Amino acid sequence: MTRPLLLQVGHLARRSVVRTLRQPVNVVPSFLFPLILLAVNVGGLGAAERLPGFPTDSYLDFALAFTFMQGALFATTNAGTDLARDIQTGFLNRLALTPMRSGALLLGQLAGIVALALIQATLYLTVGLVAGVRPESGVAGLFVVVFLAVLVAIAFGAIGAFLALRTGTGEAVQAMFPLLFVFLFLSSMNLPRDLIEIEWFRIVATINPVSYLIEGIRSLIITGWDGQALALGFGLALAIGVVALAAASLALQGRLARS
Amino acid sequence: MRSFRSVALAVAWRGIHNAFTNPAILVPSMLFPLFFFTAFAGGLSRVADVPGFDFPAGYTAFQFVFVFLQSAAFGGIFNGFAIARDFESGFSRRLLLAAPRRSAIVAGYALVALVRWLATAAVVTVVALVAGMEVLGSGVELTGLLGLGLLLNVAALLWAAGIALRFRTLQAGPLMQVPVFLTLFLAPVYVPLELLDGWIHAVASVNPATFLLEAGRGLIAGDPVEVAAAFAVAFGAVALFVVWALRGLRSAEAAG
Repeated sequence: MTRPLLLQVGHLARRSVVRTLRQPVNVVPSFLFPLILLAVNVGGLGAAERLPGFPTDSYLDFALAFTFMQGALFATTNAGTDLARDIQTGFLNRLALTPMRSGALLLGQLAGIVALALIQATLYLTVGLVAGVRPESGVAGLFVVVFLAVLVAIAFGAIGAFLALRTGTGEAVQAMFPLLFVFLFLSSMNLPRDLIEIEWFRIVATINPVSYLIEGIRSLIITGWDGQALALGFGLALAIGVVALAAASLALQGRLARS
Repeated sequence: MRSFRSVALAVAWRGIHNAFTNPAILVPSMLFPLFFFTAFAGGLSRVADVPGFDFPAGYTAFQFVFVFLQSAAFGGIFNGFAIARDFESGFSRRLLLAAPRRSAIVAGYALVALVRWLATAAVVTVVALVAGMEVLGSGVELTGLLGLGLLLNVAALLWAAGIALRFRTLQAGPLMQVPVFLTLFLAPVYVPLELLDGWIHAVASVNPATFLLEAGRGLIAGDPVEVAAAFAVAFGAVALFVVWALRGLRSAEAAG
């Protein structure tokens, strides 16, 4: 990365981080809502531990991974809504008059997501540890959990940025939230895939990349160092991130060309 | 009485027309329950194998009752959004000026909620039956389940109307949704009350939504339990939230 590009990314990153963390209305639900759902699911589905073949004796250990996914989903809408606001207020058009490179805008925008994801991941892990989670992969595994969670948030954030650049409105980005939520629920979030009884649901969960993102994080908590689960988790997070960033970059170029 | 009826019917007609001619309003309220039904009844059916789980109609019917009642509650909440939106657009202020009986406005919105939810409930029921749901309850018992849904729908609408009339902005949406969401999910959603442990068992035991769920599940399984308590909770909620909504109306009138 050249020095001017770094400078541009730095300025926009600072703006993105400050803007993200200054909006309690956006930030607080992304901390609280996943934890509330975790508490509800662990309380309600704790009995699933007694199913033959369930991979752990603590449903909390099993369910914690989903919390990171939900946090990442909030990152998607935050990133998208912020970028859409830049489009609606004309900020993007004014930037287009400067020598700023389009890549700097996207990378800078995602910095706010990285900051939010780091705080989220640390909070979720802390709550989990206090509640009794003991990750099988040890202390080193905790850092990998945070790293993978941040990577997933960047990937999802890039999807949010793409949606914002394509549609140009915050309402449209918000409207995509339920659709993204469906991807989460049609995954192995509540039960391991081999324990999903309904065949079509198991097939959908198996082809749903979100299952592997969840299982990557979950493996560090309940299994230890599982190379296959981690490779799939990191590989898919990277692939989603790269594809979404490329799509967002193309959408940005199209939008700048029109302005 | 005639002026009450004409205002209520006019508000209801407008709301029903808006809802059924605008897919952006209608589709999410239909899709959400279907999505929850799919995720819970499909993804969690193995939970029925947990030792101690004994529900004769099967896990699909067990989850159907939750989704049915949840759609009733959220059907009411979605109409609370409509009230808030009408205030934001200025329509409600004009309506307050024009209506000879203002309490009829709330009744009109309640009619919209009922009609919209009946459409949603029909779709959810058909999907559940196609998915192989077993119904062991008699016609009278199923009417009882429908009655619980109708009362819950009206209670949720009145709750959301009270918020919308006080705040008069869509930004109050989370205030309408979150308490209802938490109340419903702090009940025995995935397994019966007896299989819940710890704090959630304690909370679910005193949660009014638990009575509604248990009664609803008993009715669909042809083995009614806690039906009187559930109807008492539902009627009590309607009575409480009628007062809440009418006081909200006074607040909106005072705000001008």
